[in-house]
Amino acid sequence: MSIEPSVLYDAPGRRARRTTLIASIVSGIALAVGAYYLVYLPLARNDQFSLEKWGPLIDPGNPVFAQVWSLLAEGFVATLTAAACAVIASLTVGTALAVLRVQLKSWLNLRFTGFAAPVGAALRGLTWLLNGVTRVAVEIFRGIPVVITILFVWYGFREYGVRLETLWYLVIGLTIYNSIVIAEILRSGMDGLPTGQREAADSIGLSSYQRTRLVLLPQALRIMLPALISQLVVVLKDTSLGFIISYEEALREATFISQNLGNPIQVYLVVGVIFVGVNYSLSKLAQYVQHRLARGRRAAPTTGAAGTQLETEAVVGTTT
Amino acid sequence: VRVLVEYLDVFLGGLWVTFQICILSAIGALILGAIVAIMRISPVPPLRWLGTAYITVFRNIPLTVVMFFTAFALPVLGVDGSFLKLPGLTSLFARLGTDLPFFRLAAIALITYTAAFVCEALRSGVNAVPAGQSEAGRSIGLTFIQNLRFVVLPQAWKAAIVPLGSVIIAMIKNSALAGIFGVTGDLTSEGTTLVSAVGEPAVPVFTGIAAAYLVLTVPLGLLLDRIERRRAVTR
Repeated sequence: MSIEPSVLYDAPGRRARRTTLIASIVSGIALAVGAYYLVYLPLARNDQFSLEKWGPLIDPGNPVFAQVWSLLAEGFVATLTAAACAVIASLTVGTALAVLRVQLKSWLNLRFTGFAAPVGAALRGLTWLLNGVTRVAVEIFRGIPVVITILFVWYGFREYGVRLETLWYLVIGLTIYNSIVIAEILRSGMDGLPTGQREAADSIGLSSYQRTRLVLLPQALRIMLPALISQLVVVLKDTSLGFIISYEEALREATFISQNLGNPIQVYLVVGVIFVGVNYSLSKLAQYVQHRLARGRRAAPTTGAAGTQLETEAVVGTTT
Repeated sequence: VRVLVEYLDVFLGGLWVTFQICILSAIGALILGAIVAIMRISPVPPLRWLGTAYITVFRNIPLTVVMFFTAFALPVLGVDGSFLKLPGLTSLFARLGTDLPFFRLAAIALITYTAAFVCEALRSGVNAVPAGQSEAGRSIGLTFIQNLRFVVLPQAWKAAIVPLGSVIIAMIKNSALAGIFGVTGDLTSEGTTLVSAVGEPAVPVFTGIAAAYLVLTVPLGLLLDRIERRRAVTR
């Protein structure tokens, strides 16, 4: 039993270790008793451990076993398809949006001196306006629940006679939200880079677009990789919202199964375990990447590394 | 625009129900999250394991699954969340006491889900305090409680407030899901009813619904920005 070093405690002495041991035993027993009375007894009393309820899910000999799992597999394939489409679309749109916003911001400082005075003024006004519009749009779509965005796309598109496969409503809805989040992640990554990078790019005569594409964006992508991966977890989780617009994904299939077999607890438990498994491995991957990056940073320390590290963490925290 | 004006009371009613469920879940999630956070940083291994397991499960499961579980699985066990019918609370939030149980069940789902994120925000706050701080506290002879009270928690609070705020904003947005699962009268369910049952055009209705959510989330976001900026100066 090793106690990880913590901010809060000293390394425990003999007495503290004894107290900890006693507390562990007591709390362990308390937890076991609590689990028995609060989880096991209600389940057993309602006959939730019977083979009749579990059989279709765990017993290969059960007549509907194959059917149930093929339905679930179909559902998860649909979930993953939607998630993959949404991820690819939102990465593309998000990157474009981030570049656009950085561009607009740098154009704000231009004076358009090469043009006649009224044209220059008009161009400045236009960039100013576009800058404002994109900023407001970002704020708006970040503040709206994804559910509402998806419903909006679903009802709105059909109202104007645009008929697509259900998958695409879901993908569009998810993309609108997530591309904006990804754009913000990338933008804060670019803002967090040491200013020397920007100045160096300027001094070798890169245009502002080249600067973004060749210097800032690649570094921001690298730094923000952990945050981006945890955003993937969010996308995968949000894909389950597809059931609202009757997209045939895992949860909808699960509901269908549980309504036919009358075992919601068991079915949702299995679906939940699968979701947790997939997302947990993705989060672990994000952690691993972050460790790798942190190690790389330490080997070649740059100014502002600590700052970007902090920022990464802040962004990971916000994208729940 | 006609739709917005005509159904203004519907939107306001929806906003009120959503607001209630958010306040309730926010309080619940802060309490539960604090408990889980204490478990996770406690020196007692079984409690730590339980806390870690809780976080792992609820951070990686979609809220939709949690909602399905509370909506369809808990009633099988005869749980309708009536333990939330606390005397003071029911008079404040009338919906808690009514016998349409999904309001309570939705609150339970939101609380259990959000608590995991609250816990992580709090824990990251505590971890952000440099180890030297509490070592210094101990070396001048502060007891454990004094150390927490005067040294660690004030600093941890500063580091945790912004992540906590974003968790709460995310929770407000997540509460939209409750309407899909049959909490009647919240913003989402009002919106879908107006579109599919009353037959109003979808775009203005959902613009109104979106605006109502923005009323809830944007002020909080601006407040957080301000706190963050002020903190950046003091740091």
